[in-house]
Amino acid sequence: MKQTTLKLNPSPNPSLRTFGMVGAAVVLWFLLYNVIESLANWLAYTALGLGPDTRLGSSVAFFLYDVPKILLLLSGMIFLISIIRTFFSPERTRALLGGKREGLGNLFASMLGIVTPFCSCSAVPLFIGFVESGIPLGVTFSFLIAAPTINEVAVVMLFGLFGWKVAGLYIASGLVIATLAGIVIGRLKMERYVEDFVWQIQSSGSSVIESLTWEQRFTRAWESVKEIVSKVWLYVVIGIAVGAGIHGFVPEDALASIMGKTTWWSVPAAVLVGIPLYSNAAGVIPIVSALMEKGASLGTVLAFMMSVVGLSLPEVIILRRVLKPRLIAVFVGVVAIAIMLTGYLFNLVM
Amino acid sequence: MLTIKVLGSGCANCKKLEAVTKQAVAKLGIEAEVVKVTEYPDIMKYNVMSTPGLVVNEKVVSSGRIPSEAEITTFLTSALSLA
Repeated sequence: MKQTTLKLNPSPNPSLRTFGMVGAAVVLWFLLYNVIESLANWLAYTALGLGPDTRLGSSVAFFLYDVPKILLLLSGMIFLISIIRTFFSPERTRALLGGKREGLGNLFASMLGIVTPFCSCSAVPLFIGFVESGIPLGVTFSFLIAAPTINEVAVVMLFGLFGWKVAGLYIASGLVIATLAGIVIGRLKMERYVEDFVWQIQSSGSSVIESLTWEQRFTRAWESVKEIVSKVWLYVVIGIAVGAGIHGFVPEDALASIMGKTTWWSVPAAVLVGIPLYSNAAGVIPIVSALMEKGASLGTVLAFMMSVVGLSLPEVIILRRVLKPRLIAVFVGVVAIAIMLTGYLFNLVM
Repeated sequence: MLTIKVLGSGCANCKKLEAVTKQAVAKLGIEAEVVKVTEYPDIMKYNVMSTPGLVVNEKVVSSGRIPSEAEITTFLTSALSLA
């Protein structure tokens, strides 16, 4: 396949003004991040006059602190991730994956799934583009599983509400699930369950890999911050409000018997409930964090989250355009089983 | 006359891109035909893996994002100067 490099802007030097603005934004971000906790406490306890020991008081303070904290974290991290992503286009990822074998190729595809910009609305052209260029079916699936599961909003929210250990565990288990599920699908030799038209497509055009200036990278990153935050902020607010309610009003350990470690069926139940739920991670994680506080176990909660973001009904419907029903069923089944095993593993070791 | 194609299977971003493109065309006051390409085999002819894609005179100028109106204007004027 022929590849051309497109230069959009001849001047490679970022202007001083751009760097100044980015620098100022970074300083402002840190300032804000450091004052919101005291501001939230002041608002809840002094301005609104709620007692810190009352249920309502602690719920309100929790809400007022978590909403700006998560929104700030989201904006900052999405900006960073988006800059990294300007270095990885689907075209470049495909070129990187070309000629990779099963196994290592699956792991590599899963890792690229994290950094390559991906929207489930592009799942079909991406699938066709990968398969058509000769990337094995299993490796393609590793990418398609990792990309939505390990998404930036999920990771940032886990980091904000649970800390870096849980966020790291989430990324690691997402990688393992995507790699293993891709290997299994590859071994099952499901090529004939891909819709026939996919194999007949011959793309002729050469793909374009853009070369961007830093200024363009900053602009694009800022644009994706605006796009993502405007899409998820309401879910964040509602999710945290529900979470804050649970935090203040549901007794400790209320959920230990149904979502705790010792209940064997809680993991598969969490995965089954999660598949038809297509919320973005933004709305689910605050609720899930409150559930954990009340006795739900980490494995059950992670399994639920992965099932919500990694296996979604809309994406399955989109993929039906290129996959025959049997392959769809195998895809959902293999990923669901992999998620359950991860859930059990976490319940066992944590 | 320019032939502009918006590649995408009817997602929200594809519609947005179409609207911005039409706006840029109207402001430039040029003669151009804006076509929507929604079938995957047709989209894949352009080797575009992330929608929405924008094609001006059969050349892919952007994919996977909605360029600003100013950017689209640049695409259009440079295509005109080539034509």
